[in-house]
Amino acid sequence: MGRKLLLEKAHVEGIRTYEVYRREGGYRSVEKALKMAPADIVEEVKKSGLRGRGGAGFPTGMKWSFIAKPEGIPRHLVCNADESEPGTFKDRYLMEFIPHLLIEGMIVSSFALGSNASYIYIRGEYAWVAEILENAIAEARQNGWLGKNIQGSGFDCEMYVHRGAGAYICGEETALIESLEGKRGNPRIKPPFPAIKGAWERPTVVNNVETLAAVVPIMNIGGEEYAKIGVGKSTGTKLISACGNINKPGIYEIDMTISVEEFIFSEEYCGGIPNGKKLKACIPGGSSVPILPQNLLLTTAKGEKRMMNYESLSDGGFATGSMMGSGGFIVLDEDQCVVRHTMTLARFYHHESCGQCSPCREGTGWMERVLKNIETGKGKMSDIDLLWDIQRKIEGNTICPLGDAAAWPIAAAIRHFRDEFEWHIKNPEEAQRRNYGLAHYADPIHVPTPPVTA
Amino acid sequence: MITFSQEKLAKVAELISHYPQGRQKSALLPVLHLAQDEFGGWLDTPVMDYVAGLLNIEPIEVYEVASFYSMYNLKPVGKFMFEVCQTGPCMLNGSDNIIDYIKQKLNIKVGETTADGMFTLKTVECLGACGYAPMMQLGKNYREHLTKEKVDAIIEECRAKAN
Amino acid sequence: MADEVKAPPANFKVTIDNITIEVAPGTTILTAAREIGGDVTPPAMCFYSKLQGSGGKCRTCLVEVAAGSTADPRPMPKLVASCRTTVMDGMIVKNITSDKVKDARAGVVEFLLLNHPLDCPICDQAGECHLQDLGYEHGKEGTRYEFPRRTFEKEDIGPYIQLHMTRCILCYRCTYVADQLTDKRVHGILDRGEHAEISTYISKAIENDFSGNMIDVCPVGALTDKTFRFKNRVWFTKPVDAHRNCENPKCCGKTTLWLRGEEVFRVTARKDQWGEVQSFDGKPGWICNTCRFDKKETKDWTIEGPTLINRHSVIAQGHYVGVIKPKETLQEVMGGREPLLLMDIHDVSEVNKLNIDLSKIQGPAHSNDFNK
Ligand SMILES: Cc1cc2nc3c(=O)[nH]c(=O)nc-3n(C[C@H](O)[C@H](O)[C@H](O)COP(=O)(O)O)c2cc1C
Ligand code: SF4
Ligand code: SF4
Ligand code: FES
Ligand code: FES
Repeated sequence: MGRKLLLEKAHVEGIRTYEVYRREGGYRSVEKALKMAPADIVEEVKKSGLRGRGGAGFPTGMKWSFIAKPEGIPRHLVCNADESEPGTFKDRYLMEFIPHLLIEGMIVSSFALGSNASYIYIRGEYAWVAEILENAIAEARQNGWLGKNIQGSGFDCEMYVHRGAGAYICGEETALIESLEGKRGNPRIKPPFPAIKGAWERPTVVNNVETLAAVVPIMNIGGEEYAKIGVGKSTGTKLISACGNINKPGIYEIDMTISVEEFIFSEEYCGGIPNGKKLKACIPGGSSVPILPQNLLLTTAKGEKRMMNYESLSDGGFATGSMMGSGGFIVLDEDQCVVRHTMTLARFYHHESCGQCSPCREGTGWMERVLKNIETGKGKMSDIDLLWDIQRKIEGNTICPLGDAAAWPIAAAIRHFRDEFEWHIKNPEEAQRRNYGLAHYADPIHVPTPPVTA
Repeated sequence: MITFSQEKLAKVAELISHYPQGRQKSALLPVLHLAQDEFGGWLDTPVMDYVAGLLNIEPIEVYEVASFYSMYNLKPVGKFMFEVCQTGPCMLNGSDNIIDYIKQKLNIKVGETTADGMFTLKTVECLGACGYAPMMQLGKNYREHLTKEKVDAIIEECRAKAN
Repeated sequence: MADEVKAPPANFKVTIDNITIEVAPGTTILTAAREIGGDVTPPAMCFYSKLQGSGGKCRTCLVEVAAGSTADPRPMPKLVASCRTTVMDGMIVKNITSDKVKDARAGVVEFLLLNHPLDCPICDQAGECHLQDLGYEHGKEGTRYEFPRRTFEKEDIGPYIQLHMTRCILCYRCTYVADQLTDKRVHGILDRGEHAEISTYISKAIENDFSGNMIDVCPVGALTDKTFRFKNRVWFTKPVDAHRNCENPKCCGKTTLWLRGEEVFRVTARKDQWGEVQSFDGKPGWICNTCRFDKKETKDWTIEGPTLINRHSVIAQGHYVGVIKPKETLQEVMGGREPLLLMDIHDVSEVNKLNIDLSKIQGPAHSNDFNK
């Protein structure tokens, strides 16, 4: 059984309340942090090797050290609780069940960064979670953990919840900042980066919920101890939200030393595929990352066991690997249709494009329409190459990574499941009645060498 | 005339105080949520103009924002809105069947409202409940692990609530 | 000594398509390329140097940075928007010498034209449309898009300006004009993604003193002058530079009049070679609505002389006073380079089909010569 740092106490009766949370050892990290110099806290986080849990995996300590500190200008910490990447629902769990953990982590982080007003930007649909957080903030304030002169340290910090209103793009940090300023969620053109000019033109750090929560165990056990958990550059524990065709969908805290196979099939985690079906494919890190067929999912192209960590999941690049991303683990069984699934993702990105830059604004809708044609039996063989060309022309050419996020799933689906697309086109009627099934993908020994494309 | 109650106005003032001085526009999203809840579940032009006045910004700034975010309704909606997620993970777990079932049961298409003004059916993209699929949003809450039976029960529940 | 601090060079050296120049720090790649001029300059559909915050959106100006700077000569992993990327000392940029750029730009042009109505023959911007130029130079024939094009409900935005949303490329320039030049913005970008549109939401008139400048900054025919509409094609009018003593202190009073005989068909701000409003004494030469819409007689103006059209657009191919048609071959005129593309208008236009050949129409073509 892996070590739990975040969810260890999540199921203690009443942990949502301040009283129980404090009794279970809550807010100790704040006590410790307030006695330290802010720079030492940043150092501790650096030592921990913690990487951002929002998707990009950027080292958190390093990010914090970039924040500009111009004289007389306030700085802000903003928690990214927009959580809208399909397959990802871990932050909600954390905030819903153990809200004080996030608040505790945010107080420590605010102190480290010198933020006297910190914000939690939460997706608008999580209305009840926003209320839970507001109650927890009020409790923390009543008990002297927020407000003026926290615990007599001289440090002031206020914390506010800001509800979004339905826009995936507001998870992108500069769009989030725009939205926090009461504007449309159009990502900003960088530079300047938020660490220099973020919310209200002030230096700002945006971090994911899980990242900020992880600051608590880092402070409690020390950065070095935290870094010992896991392997290589994948330190600490990671929350995985597992969904799709598995027996036990839900949130799992893993320590990044287990294999993908174990994660899917062991009773401790997903518990295998329902109804005795076979595994067909999986998107291991949220809808934006490449889908992998079963064989490449369980074993890397080098023939090694694929592990649930940053390095192993991306082993092989996009040709034969994928990414850890946000930890949204989507499993497809043998009866699922990759074309249809990819079509829903294309529809998602089309729906969520902010419309600012031309490749994403025009290209996402185009891809959805072509995919819909293929799915509904109106496709042409040339459509596959057309899709490939459209995604290629979007990727890397847009303002923000949403363009890439829209392109990758389609590229990967074509790369690994091209014959399924072809079958759809050649058998338009049959494809309406049944799915393609497994084909050769379920053969774990055979590792195809797909064309390597940048 | 469109106005908030004293209590709601105090809430608006409180929201504005969350943001730096002179940056009252930052409170636009939360204030629009308040306004939508208060004035019939959607944002009519006079309501948006009122909000613009409260925050001392131009009406177009409110229209731009209200039309960007999917949670703001710019047209009237039914008393209960079924917002069913249709993205990949939910699709894998049969969200399409649930959508079809609701269509048939309420005799409306996606995007329509029943003649009695009770129910609106909307399809939405991932709501962050993929592990509890299929699911929908109903008011401020989520209804998860949907089945036909559950949908029946929810419809009954809403009808009972309306009476 | 190692700790001797070297003063940063007063000027940065930057190499674009093998041509090296020196520019002041803080200059963008696009501005540097404009100093070199010619084909080295990336096309810019959304950036407008006189409008703060503009640029970055259309992606036509993407270039490859082959070396970031002398200090850090690594290439940049992605193409960058030249209009919003500042140069570093020793930076090496590839524009038309990069296949990656050409490929990406062809993609961007295709995206921009995807939902465009291609109604050039009935569009008042025809002849001075940047999208038309871009399509000629970087586009491909025909479209791979097999779906109905996007349409929008028509919106009336007052007596002076005509809005054709289907032609808009969402460069945001007009919103910056409204924000930065007028005291109240009544129009903006509504909705999101593919459905995003320029609108006032409830059909308000855009009537501010300086709103007419939105027409001048619009790179396409989405915002056009209602007082000029349907009267003439630009290439049949003769542009002359003129000025008047405008009472409005913010108006520069220097304009271009578009004449046919003695009649003033249209008044615009004076444009530079990049299609932007010219600056006078370091200030952008915006003009007020009175000069633009109300002064439609030659006696209102002091005429300075014919306007030099130096943009490479189709109007420049016209027959203006003093322009001598070159006898040499194209390559000689273009300094050894081949023209990127020579195109027949029938190929790019869906409206101007062969059966309504422009050349068969008597006199200047009017919009009602084409049954829409
Ligand atoms: C389109 C898009 C959506 C994103 N959505 C989220 C999100 O929902 N939650 C999140 O934490 N980060 C999201 N990110 C990543 C953020 O931009 C940012 O990198 C992250 O919040 C940084 O936090 P971290 O360093 O703690 O991971 C998104 C990025 C993009 C481009
Ligand atoms: S890539 Fe898409 S979402 Fe990002 S800025 Fe461009 S249009 Fe907006
Ligand atoms: S109307 Fe013209 S200026 Fe305004 S955004 Fe569209 S193309 Fe740009
Ligand atoms: S896919 Fe339906 S909630 Fe995520
Ligand atoms: S001109 Fe640079 S992106 Fe449009």
